[in-house]
Formats: sequence, structure tokens, C-alpha cells
Amino acid sequence: MTIWIEIDLCNGCKLCMKACPYGAVELENGKAHILERCTSCGACVEACKQKAIQTDAQPRSIPDFSDRKGVWVFAEQRHGKLNRVTLELLGKARELADTLNQDVSALLLGHGVSDLGETLISYGAQKIYLVEHPTLKDYRTTAYTQVIQGLVNQFKPNVFLVGATHLGRDLAPRVSRRVGVGLTADCTELEIDPDESILLQTRPAFGGNVMATIANRYSRPQMATVRPGVMEAEERLDNKGDILKHEISLFEEDMDTRVLEVVKEKRRRVDLSEAKVIVAGGRGVGDAGGFKVLEDLAAAMGGEVAGTRVAVEEGWIPSDRQIGQTGQSVRPELYIACGISGAIQHRAGMMNARYVIAINKDPRAPIFQVADWGMVGDLHEVIPEMMAQFKAGRNE
Amino acid sequence: MDIIVLVKQVPDTTEVKLDPKTGNLIREGVESIINPDDLHALEAAVDLQETHGGKVTALSMGPPQAIDAISEALGMGVHEGILLTDKAFGGADTWATSFTLGKAIEKIEEYDLILCGRQAIDGDTAQIGPQVADYLNIPQVSYVCEIETIEEDALVAKTRLEDGFERIHCGLPALLTVIGELNTPRYPLMGRALDACKEKAPIKVWNAADIGVQTSQVGLEGSLTHVIKTFAPKFKRETEMLEGDTREMVGDLMGRLKENRLI
Ligand SMILES: Cc1cc2nc3c(=O)[nH]c(=O)nc-3n(C[C@H](O)[C@H](O)[C@H](O)COP(=O)(O)OP(=O)(O)OC[C@H]3O[C@@H](n4cnc5c(N)ncnc54)[C@H](O)[C@@H]3O)c2cc1C
Ligand SMILES: Nc1ncnc2c1ncn2[C@@H]1O[C@H](COP(=O)(O)O)[C@@H](O)[C@H]1O
Repeated sequence: MTIWIEIDLCNGCKLCMKACPYGAVELENGKAHILERCTSCGACVEACKQKAIQTDAQPRSIPDFSDRKGVWVFAEQRHGKLNRVTLELLGKARELADTLNQDVSALLLGHGVSDLGETLISYGAQKIYLVEHPTLKDYRTTAYTQVIQGLVNQFKPNVFLVGATHLGRDLAPRVSRRVGVGLTADCTELEIDPDESILLQTRPAFGGNVMATIANRYSRPQMATVRPGVMEAEERLDNKGDILKHEISLFEEDMDTRVLEVVKEKRRRVDLSEAKVIVAGGRGVGDAGGFKVLEDLAAAMGGEVAGTRVAVEEGWIPSDRQIGQTGQSVRPELYIACGISGAIQHRAGMMNARYVIAINKDPRAPIFQVADWGMVGDLHEVIPEMMAQFKAGRNE
Repeated sequence: MDIIVLVKQVPDTTEVKLDPKTGNLIREGVESIINPDDLHALEAAVDLQETHGGKVTALSMGPPQAIDAISEALGMGVHEGILLTDKAFGGADTWATSFTLGKAIEKIEEYDLILCGRQAIDGDTAQIGPQVADYLNIPQVSYVCEIETIEEDALVAKTRLEDGFERIHCGLPALLTVIGELNTPRYPLMGRALDACKEKAPIKVWNAADIGVQTSQVGLEGSLTHVIKTFAPKFKRETEMLEGDTREMVGDLMGRLKENRLI
């Protein structure tokens, strides 16, 4: 495919330059000009209000999807334990479904897992498709794919969300290919477009330097995997739902994989997604001893300690406590950033905190732009003072 | 044991920055590299070949300059490289990419194992492996951190989970997506890498017609998802800077925390 500019139509508004993720459009004599590095991604075509950017791509008609209804959530469980991301997805799914005036369903696959249905209902599922079978006891990609393919073809959902966990990122692409739909990975924002009623899927790209909003116009269900820790779970104790048992036939002989052994390693990954208070440190903390002080403050406040990639690379905290683009996303009530500059990749993991406190000796550090309360100062003085006043306050 | 390795050339995203004025990516001076996970896939393939024999092919879809990635793979000991390049492949989402790679693999025909990286650092989707496997109708094992045993028709692999690992028995042919823990990639041998740049180098370049696809099935036109907007991440808050000496600032803070029932 090629993209070109109809010079006469271009008014030099630069919208295309803003839209181009590759910096491949420039202004030349007041008109847009496409550079060699263009990858034909088409983002500029969408952006141009003058219809000055043209392509030789055939205009595609959008099929009629009016029979596609319902927002589905894949209920991830391993060994009978629900992954928390499922509840977060249900929270988001309800919001999307309310906008669309449709229902939320959860897909629960496994063996001896029916008692999880109640939890799914209390977090917003209105229908549960329950599929129980001995071959589904351990998660296996192709068996789960086959079952989900059957359900999707029979019940024709509109939207299908899967957690972007290890399991979800193994399963969702396989399902998407099988049922013939597009898939957006690792979304951090989802909303319904008010005009087209389609799902707008926003995700970080290029190591978090850019956010991209992606639409899935040509296939249904609109599938996305969603980053854990980003959406908000909401308990709805008055919610009512039905559990529908779905029968399938699968045979162990047909399975192409077998799980020989599952080995749990203790505390391989600390789950920071449920922490109410997080005390996070960066390069400014200086050494492992400095982190001990942060840990004490976290412990006093009933929270967890975490840090930036620099803190992990320096070996001051284990890698499972890294916050950010390549670490965990968190949404605590309170996030205390100590000696952290506030790089974009770090912000990506903590922007959903309810309140942010920043302590940094550099008043121009970007972390202050994303903090509710900022303190310019040396953390080695500020933190002990916080500890002292916090303790004094508690003893009052 | 015939092995196909999927290799992607990516911009070194640690170098990619946003132009503060235009909000565009600055790609000038950003080096193109083999996607880091794919180096581990290449290492595993060459290593398996050294013990079990057979042929290793590196397959990449990308712009013409992605040939550098293939040369580097040949330098590591891969026998043959195939570059899928065509204007028509541009702007592909993972649906169209997995279709294109799948078609090329069908043309290669002979394989026992396909190795790819878990994810590419430019998109971080981790979708291509599973989607290619589904297109070819073969099983996949994701996040492989160890290949324990491999025989004619099956292998046992260890895969990483969030809280441990699993050992999986999988029939062949199969596709594995691998992570860094699997091995330490060797450096390409200078001599071999140079040979790989010569005219007689075992590199094939295929376009859309060569793999028998219509332009409407690939690239942007064959994609099901489309980027409709990109923007710089914004997470601004109304910041209140606390004033005074340390004791005063912290005192002020404690008051606000109490006010908001945070402590
Ligand atoms: C692809 C990619 C992915 C990445 N993923 C992540 C990620 O997931 N998470 C992450 O955190 N980073 C990530 N990074 C790295 C990120 O870009 C930054 O380099 C990193 O977050 C900086 O860490 P820092 O704030 O600890 O260090 P610095 O940027 O060095 O900041 C240290 C700060 O401490 C302040 N300071 C120093 N001494 C004191 C003191 N005594 N008292 C108070 N303040 C003090 C300084 O003024 C400075 O602002 C990623 C980068 C890339 C390219
Ligand atoms: N254009 C491509 N050419 C060859 N292999 C690719 C391509 N895109 C992705 N892959 C392979 O798929 C893996 C996952 O990529 P992704 O799904 O883009 O994160 C990569 O590590 C590569 O092994």
C-alpha cells in the first residue's frame, strides 16, 4: 500500500504530523510531505480532516454486526483460584456494557470450579458460561481455545476481554486467530466511541513513549487483553446472575500437550496491586540501607515498598517490586515517591494511584507534575521526619 | 531437526524519545537491532542443531534493511535466511503479520520446530507466536525458559509462570516462544557475518507474489485492527508544593493526609 498527499487539498494544519507515530510527515512549503520512513500505518489518513491524504488501499465496508451483543470476560483461574485481574475486568466490562446497553458475561472453564461463579456474580457478571471437564483441569492452550471458539461462534459476543497475564497472553492471540478477529494487546484504557459505538482500545507503545488508540472495526468480538492492576474491581453485592452450564466433548487422547508438573516458587512475584500504601524509591535513595528506611515507613503505614528500574538494577530491591512500564502497574490509595525523577516509563505504572506524594531535591523533577503534594528536599531528612510525625500522631 | 526462527528487526526503544515540541517519535540515530528475545530463539535453534543435526532457517518480515538482521542471524550459525519484504506488507497488525509469516512457513514446508521471541520491544504484543501457531494448526508453548528433552516427535519444556514454572510435554511440530532466561546468545562470528553480506549468501527475498498472497490480505489492508490516534502519555495532576523547612512541610503533609482520611 502507498500513501500520498493531494497537495491542493492540504491546508498545512499539521494534524497528520501529530498523528504519525513514526515522525514520517513533515511540512514543506506549508504542505505535508511524507518521508521515506513511512510504514504505511495509515494513522495520518484517519487524522486528516481535509481528506488530503490518500491511499491506494481499497475502502473497506464495515460488515453489519448488529447481532453481536454482550461484553465477555475470560475468568482466569488456576487450580481453583481466580486471578484478581478477572474482577478488575468485570468492573470495566460493566461500565462498557452499561454504555452499550448490553450484558456482562464471564467464561469460566476448568474442572470443579463452579463455586467461583458466585464471586464472579458479586463483581458484576450477569451470566456465567460454565464449562467443566477433566481435560480442562490444567490450563492448556489448544483445549481452552477450542472451547472458547465454540462459545464465541454460538453466542456471538460484541466485546471480549482477557487479562494480559501470562495465561491470557498465551490464550487470547490463539483465540483471536481461531475465531478470525483482531486483538489489541495490553490495553490500559478502554472506552466506547460515542459515534460508532465501537471499543476504543488504548495501549502504550514504543516502550511507553507513545500511547496508541486502536479500533477493531472489521471483526467481532472486539478482543483486547488488559493490563492487570489498571482497571478497578467493584463489588456489587446486589448483582444477580445466572450460571449456565455448557456441555462439551473433549478427549484426552486428542490433546497435543500435557502438563507434567506445576512448581510454585515462594514469593517469586510480590503482588503490589492490592497494596493500599506504596513507598517507592529511586536512585536518590542512594543504597540498600536507604531502602531499609523506606521499608520501615511502609511497614508503619501498613504498606509495601517498591521502586524504579534503577533501584532494581542497583540491586536495592528485588525486580518483582519494580513499578512501571516493564514492572507492575499499581493503584494504591497513597503512593510516596522518594528520590524518583518521574520518567515516563515509571509514571506508566503509578498514574492510577489515588494520591501521590513526591519528595525530590530537584524542584524541576518531572515527578512533581504528577504529584498531589510535592516536597523539595533531601529524602534522608524528610523520610525520618515523616516517620517521627506519623508515629507521634498515632500515639496522640 | 529442522528449525525455523522468527526474527524481527526493531528500533532500539531504549533510545526512542519523544520530541517535546511536536510530540513525535524521534527515530533519527536510533539503531535497528534484532529483537532481544529473538536472539535467545536463535541461540536455542543453533544449539539444538549442533546436537541433533538438521537445518536452521531465519525468517523475517520487514523493510529491505531488515536484511541486516538476517545477516546477523547467519553470523550466529543459521544456515539460511528468508526476508519477506514488499510495500504491500507495510502497516500490518498481528493478524496480517501472522498470516504473512504463516504463508511463508507453508512455503518452506519442512520444519519440526518453530522458535520465536516472547515479544518484540517495539510493540510488546507477544501475539505473533501464538497466532502463527494457530494459523499452522500446531501446538505452542509460551515463555519457555528451558528445553529439557527433545525427541523425534515430542519435547519437554519448562515455562515461566507468575509464581513459578510448569513442565509441559508437547507433540512436534510445535512453536515455542522463548524468554531471556533460556540461554546466553553467542556473538555472531565476524567471518560468517561478512560472508552473509556477500552476493552468494544463502538469503532469499520473497514478496507477496512469491508466497501467493493478495495485497488485500496483507499489510494495512489485510489488518483487522487500526491505529486511529497516537498521543504522548499525559498524567498531570494539580500539584501543591509544600513550603517551609522539613518539619513544617511534613507537618503540613500530615494534616492533609488526615483531612483526606489517608492516615
Ligand atoms: C523501554 C524502557 C522501559 C522502562 N521501564 C521502566 C519501568 O518499568 N520502571 C521504571 O521505574 N523505569 C523504567 N525505565 C527507566 C526509566 O526511563 C528511568 O530511567 C528510571 O525510572 C529512572 O529511575 P530513578 O527515578 O530512580 O532515577 P533518576 O532518573 O536518576 O532520578 C533520581 C532522582 O532522585 C533525586 N534525588 C537524588 N538524591 C536525592 C535525595 N537525597 N533526596 C531527594 N531526591 C534525590 C534526583 O533529583 C532525581 O530526580 C524504562 C526505560 C525504558 C527505555
Ligand atoms: N515481522 C516479523 N518478522 C518475523 N518475526 C516476527 C515479526 N513480528 C514478530 N515476530 C516474532 O514474534 C515474536 C513476538 O512479536 P510480537 O507479537 O510483535 O511481540 C518476536 O519476538 C518474533 O520472534
